[in-house]
Amino acid sequence: MILYVNGIGTLGPGLAGWAGSRAVLAGESPSCEAAPTEPSASMLPPNERRRSSESVRWALHVAQEAMQQGEADVREVATVFASSDGDTGVLDRLCTALAEPQRTISPTLFHHSVHNAASGYWGIATGSQQSSTALACYDSSFCAALLEAAAYAQIEEKSVLLVAYDLPPPPPLYAARPLRGGFAAALLLTRTPAPRNLAQIDLALSTDRSQDATNMDDAGLEALRSGNQAARALPLLAAIARQRGTLVRLEYLEDQQLLIQVTPC
Amino acid sequence: MPQGLVHEHIEKDVSRLVEDRGSNQAVDDGPHDPQGPGHAVSQHRHVGERLMVPLILTHYTVVSALGKGLTETYRALRNRRSGLRPCDFEDVEVSTYIGRVNDVEDVLVGGGSAPMELERFDCRNNRLALLGLQQDGFIQGAIEARKRYGAHRVAVILGSSTSGILETEHAYSRRNPATGALPSSYLTSHRYTHNMFSSAHFVRTYLGLRGPAMVISTACSSSAKAFATAARFIEAGFCDAAVVGGVDSLCLSILYGFASLELMSSGPCRPCDENRNGLTLGESAGFALLEKSDHAGNPGAVALLGYGESCDGYHMSHPHPEGTGAIKAMQAALLRSALTPGDIDYIHLHGTATRSNDSIEDTAVHSVFGFSTPCSSTKGWTGHTLGAAGVTGAVIAAMCLTRGFVPGTLNTTRIDPNLSSQVLLENREQPVRRVLSNSFGFGGNNCSLIFGTV
Repeated sequence: MILYVNGIGTLGPGLAGWAGSRAVLAGESPSCEAAPTEPSASMLPPNERRRSSESVRWALHVAQEAMQQGEADVREVATVFASSDGDTGVLDRLCTALAEPQRTISPTLFHHSVHNAASGYWGIATGSQQSSTALACYDSSFCAALLEAAAYAQIEEKSVLLVAYDLPPPPPLYAARPLRGGFAAALLLTRTPAPRNLAQIDLALSTDRSQDATNMDDAGLEALRSGNQAARALPLLAAIARQRGTLVRLEYLEDQQLLIQVTPC
Repeated sequence: MPQGLVHEHIEKDVSRLVEDRGSNQAVDDGPHDPQGPGHAVSQHRHVGERLMVPLILTHYTVVSALGKGLTETYRALRNRRSGLRPCDFEDVEVSTYIGRVNDVEDVLVGGGSAPMELERFDCRNNRLALLGLQQDGFIQGAIEARKRYGAHRVAVILGSSTSGILETEHAYSRRNPATGALPSSYLTSHRYTHNMFSSAHFVRTYLGLRGPAMVISTACSSSAKAFATAARFIEAGFCDAAVVGGVDSLCLSILYGFASLELMSSGPCRPCDENRNGLTLGESAGFALLEKSDHAGNPGAVALLGYGESCDGYHMSHPHPEGTGAIKAMQAALLRSALTPGDIDYIHLHGTATRSNDSIEDTAVHSVFGFSTPCSSTKGWTGHTLGAAGVTGAVIAAMCLTRGFVPGTLNTTRIDPNLSSQVLLENREQPVRRVLSNSFGFGGNNCSLIFGTV
């Protein structure tokens, strides 16, 4: 299944923004463990931004960057949001409050606890009424989202913005789910080529696991890739950054690989 | 926005979608003439064939407060026996009713050929999922599909809004007082119980399926959207068949969360009643096995004919005041199935019984269907089962088709005179060929599904 990548947004340690990330991932500049810059997510109205949770700002920040590179109408783009664990900071506050005798939780906290909070805020920020799906598939969440976005673009004949994000959980939950990073990435995908494209990708599922999945050569980037489901996008992003024809193999569940032939445009 | 403008928007939208498809054949508008204002699609349709191949529901089942499986569910609907009761969930002190499923606590998650592999999934949400799988021969049906297509060719696409969050809620009350650490047993089980993927992970492990999998979590539209994603995956060739559905179980965050929003009724919910005062929460698990009709299905089999997804783009918990997102979802489902409003015999409303949700859904339904299409909400029977509401509605729709039956609206005594759709109070016995079922969720996330017999 062939798709075109029209825009990319990234946020993570040493990977703030596609321009800088592209150079790092192409090996043109060294990777660094710099603390990630705070997401601005300036597309959110100030009131909503103030109210929004951290993971929503991460998701919308990269979504906004990818849309700025592409030429698609923001209200015509369907969205797929992928997160393994949602906003664990909100979950921590929610469960802490429920462990107190009076069990008082605020309406705002409850709103933010839904897995589709980023999707909802995207709708508020853009006014878009296009389909939006929020999904989870543990460490394969990015791959699952890529399949969902690809199928949507192909069959519904619409551009799709894929946004994957996960942040390290606060201390008590980190022991249950030690996600590294945080990391967020967005890809604007279209079924037909746009005037400008970053790459063409050809996706296929494979049950042949005789070849290893693609890792990152750089130790720091590999640690990020293996430690955060959203960063499982890195081998694909690196292939796009290098601007060379590359076959990327992403682990998908424990049973399959997602094969992605990346061709420069 | 005045209603005329809403229509103009839809008509443009539909025309554009049809043009995009590049088809110019005329369509048979079907035996019914759409009445009232609900004719946007029929005026503009130029599509001569369905935009999706109908997918047969070769097996389906549901477990809710009404009972376990199709027969108990149907009896409760027919006999107008509600599953709602005063809240008796754990030590919750919220003055409300709930739709709790009996015996979930006694379900044993384990057994089979790999008991250890399954036991780690043990939590209320997966117990409820297993109780669902065990009804109406669903497990056997899934195993047969696995043999027919191969384990890698059968997907598991489920919906849930809160997964096994109850485990985390319990773990927080057992934190180490000195360090704040969560119990070690929780740390190792988190992935298999609370993580949002848990229910699909459990179901595919239990059924030995190896195809694509995910949990869609878009609040109350989750398990309706699972049907849409599965349909796309089958059409895209990612799989040949799919186990779809969803599960959501009672938990503290939902009960106290909806209490904080002041959206819960203190009594059993009364959808569309002039004095309705909020929703009643419930829990359910439902599953359907979707297959292409050339591989399955006898005449009269129930099929997914269409789906429509949209967002409100308006507010996190309040629907768009003119219902434009809901209208868009219903129109897209009609377009997808190449049906007109007049082809739909019954609409299964989302119908949560909050003042604004019912009123806005009514506006949306009336603007697409007018007064002519009967509709009702079954939340007075089951309560609102959140992420599992979509599949619960889907299974009820399937029962309407196979049993020639339309449920009314339970607990409701007088339909709100401000509503303009044809809301049924009493059950009806009548042939039903096509049903549209609505699911609208937090974050303004909408999905409408159309089922029919083939």
